[in-house]
Parts: sequence; structure tokens; C-alpha cells
Amino acid sequence: MPGSEWLKNRPRLLEGVYAGSKSALQLLYPLLKRILPAAFTERLFVWSEEISKGYLFNCQMCGQCILHSTGMTCPMNCPKNLRNGPCGGVRQNGHCEVIPEMPCVWVQAWRRDAQMGRYAGEIQLLQPPVNRALQNSSAWLNLLEGTDAQQPSGWTAIELE
Amino acid sequence: MLNSDQTPSAADWELQSGESHLLQLLKAGHFAVTAELNAPDSSDPKDVYANVAELGDVCDAINATDGSGANCHMSSVACCALMARAGYEPVLQMGCRDRNRIAIQGDLLGAAALGVRNVLCLTGDDVSAGDQPEARRVFDFDALHLLRTARIMRDRGVLLSGRKLTTPPGFFLGAAANPFVPPQDLRHLRLAKKIEAGAQFIQTQYCYDVPVFESFMRRARDMGLHEKVYLLVGVGPLRSERAAEFMRSRVPGVHIPDAVVDRLAKTPRKGKRAEGIRICVEIIEEIKRIEGVHGVHIMAYRQEDAVPEIVERAGILRQKTRK
Repeated sequence: MPGSEWLKNRPRLLEGVYAGSKSALQLLYPLLKRILPAAFTERLFVWSEEISKGYLFNCQMCGQCILHSTGMTCPMNCPKNLRNGPCGGVRQNGHCEVIPEMPCVWVQAWRRDAQMGRYAGEIQLLQPPVNRALQNSSAWLNLLEGTDAQQPSGWTAIELE
Repeated sequence: MLNSDQTPSAADWELQSGESHLLQLLKAGHFAVTAELNAPDSSDPKDVYANVAELGDVCDAINATDGSGANCHMSSVACCALMARAGYEPVLQMGCRDRNRIAIQGDLLGAAALGVRNVLCLTGDDVSAGDQPEARRVFDFDALHLLRTARIMRDRGVLLSGRKLTTPPGFFLGAAANPFVPPQDLRHLRLAKKIEAGAQFIQTQYCYDVPVFESFMRRARDMGLHEKVYLLVGVGPLRSERAAEFMRSRVPGVHIPDAVVDRLAKTPRKGKRAEGIRICVEIIEEIKRIEGVHGVHIMAYRQEDAVPEIVERAGILRQKTRK
């Protein structure tokens, strides 16, 4: 889509937009929650995310956005769905093992992470497994409700030691 | 998330998984030799033993691949169980392409029950690389999730759900590294992430480009990673320049410099196999001098009979796997 590639290569601009929308949503959400029916809010959010994040990131609606930790590059576009990439199959030209004409999502993510400001370096965090039950739900709502941060108790067992 | 100072050093692992013969050898400071088993397209255990025969006398442990190149062969759990039964030291390769997290954890328990103590945790080649590209790809986990889950099962005695295990598996956990593909300048950071997730040993992709590997190791050493993990470098003989061309164009993640291909192309037809072995021996001799290299992993697909010669000529022959 026009403009989308240009924007994707401006991770610093995008992370600003991300941080701004996050604060705005956190501010507005208590009010929205009081005046709008929950099912409507969910539909409204899903719809706006499909359009905005769909255009900007080719969002796959996993419902647990980690864009700011992956150079503002959607990791769910990786055909192997890696949350901690890149895999060892990257071609010498930096393209994907599975889709030869597509640049590796994770090579782009690492390059863009280095260009970022406040979230630079977050790509080195170990990302937990994807909660597949959140597929097609609103990542914004899951963030506001804290649903996206919930992990199986075994996963956190090592951190609690 | 774990931060780096919580990451245990290689030495801390001994008590938790002291049963692994491979770990004991590495702990003792030996230069380890592992090799890859050609998993048979057969239901007969004799075919596993026939393929192991060439390797068993010269290798410390033998990897059973998990549908390598996305082609179906006898399962890695079964190959490992058969090897363990015969007294070999198996390394179970476990990929994320074909099973979800429920199957992965079940297979890990089953493998441990059958005598497997070494697990190499992989993402896996995509289904499009194999002869059944119409299959569904799973990739519920990535290699890092698999590593950490195996570590949780071992160290905390629970499944990912938190449900308790009666007897946790005693694994020596490994991961792969590919320093030879982009982004080469950042590959050491992914290695660090794998160590954080639980990797105690690493087996790398085929090394045909020693300078690239050396710069990877320099970066890894700068982060102190060589003291946190046992690193075995992947090597293998090339049969001809045609085999090399096939590998670098068709096998995901294999990088072979033009100089190596040219050298084989210039060799007369009868001498190509010997030249491939010579190149492999030379690479081993170079990499074994690099600080932080603890062994080699020989992948000699359909050239298993060349492995004893390679091990002997590279000066790394020591002892037998079979106890």
C-alpha cells in the first residue's frame, strides 16, 4: 500500500506514535468503559486495529502486540511465527527462507530496533510463547486489561526462583 | 525476563544433569566429536544400527534428526531410544515445525524415559523445504520457547501449565546457531538469548567460512559467552561442486563460499571425494584452535563412512560412544 513501506522504515516515528496512542488509550479507556457496551468497544477496537495496524504493519491480529520490542516490525509476518527470531534459514541476500522475494522480517526488526529511541534494545528480551487464544481479539484491549501480559505459571517459574 | 547475571555458567549445570555422558566429557575438557545419524526411511531397527555403525566408534554422541529438511524419516525419539538401548549416547533433535506445545512436552518426557539425556532444541526447516510442502506448519513455539520449557521441566519439575511432574527429566540442553547467514553482525546476540533461555551446548550450522566464524566467536567472547556454553562447530565433507551447489541453493541456511566450490570444481572427477574430505579436515584443524570451540559436529549425509577418516586425520580421535 502507498506510503506503508516508507513508514515501516521510520521506526523512530512509529514508536512515538505507539507511545502516544498508548498513553491516550490509557487515559480514555476508563471513560470509554463507562459509556460504551463492552461488546461494542471490542468491535470498535478490533476494527480500528485491523485498519490502522493492518496498513502500517500488516498486522496479523495475534492480540498481543510486541511491536515496540521488535523494531516496530510485526513478527507474526514471519512464516514460522517466530517471537524470538531470526531463524537460521535467512538467505545470503537477507531474504526469507520460505518466501524468497520477501526480506526477512527479523533481519528488518533487528536493524530497525537499532534506529529506535526509547525502546531500542528491547529486541534482546526473551519473548514468551504466543497465547493462541487471543488470535483476532483486540491487542489494545488486551493491553489495557493486562490480558496480554498473562503467561502460563510454568513459564514464570524460573523468574520466581 | 532473566538478565545476564542470573544466567548460570556452564559449570553450574553439572549437578542438575550429570547423567549426560556428553556433558561429562565436555566438563572434563575433552574436545567432543558428535555426528549426525541418517535417520532411515524404514520401520526396521536394524537400519538405524547399520547407519550408526560407522559413527559409533569415533563419536562421543550421535544426533538423531527430526524430519530434517522437512522430509519424513523415522522419528528422532525412536532413533534415540534405539541408540540408547544399544549403548550409544544419543542427542535428540526436537523441532517446532511438526508439534504444538502439548506434544513437545509429552515427547520430552517420553524421550527422557527412554534414556535420552541430550536434547538439541530447534525451530526447524519450513515445510516448503521438503517433499510434502502441502503439510500444515505448526510453529506453536519457537526454539527459545522450547529451550526454556525444557529447562522449566528439568529445573522446576513442572509443565508449562504449572502442573507438577513426578520425576523431572535430567536433560543436557542444546541449541543451534548459524553464524553464516544475515544478520552476521548480530548473530552472537541471538546466541546470548539462547543461553539465557537455557542452552548449555551449541551445535552450529555447517562451517565452510572460517573467517566469518572467527568474527562471530570474537563477538561471542567479548560478551563472555564462550564461558557459558559448550560450542561444537558443524562440519561436513562435500562430495563434489555439484553437491555444494545443491546444498547452498536448496538446503536452508547453508553458506558455502565460492572458493570452496571452485576448489572442488578444479579437482579431477576421481579425486573430488578425497578433496572434499581434505577440505573438511583442514576446516576442523583451523577451528579447533579458536578459543571457545569445544568440539565438532560432523554432518556427513550419505557419507557416514568418511567420518572415521575425518576424525582420525583431523587429530581428534579419542574414544568410543558405546559404553
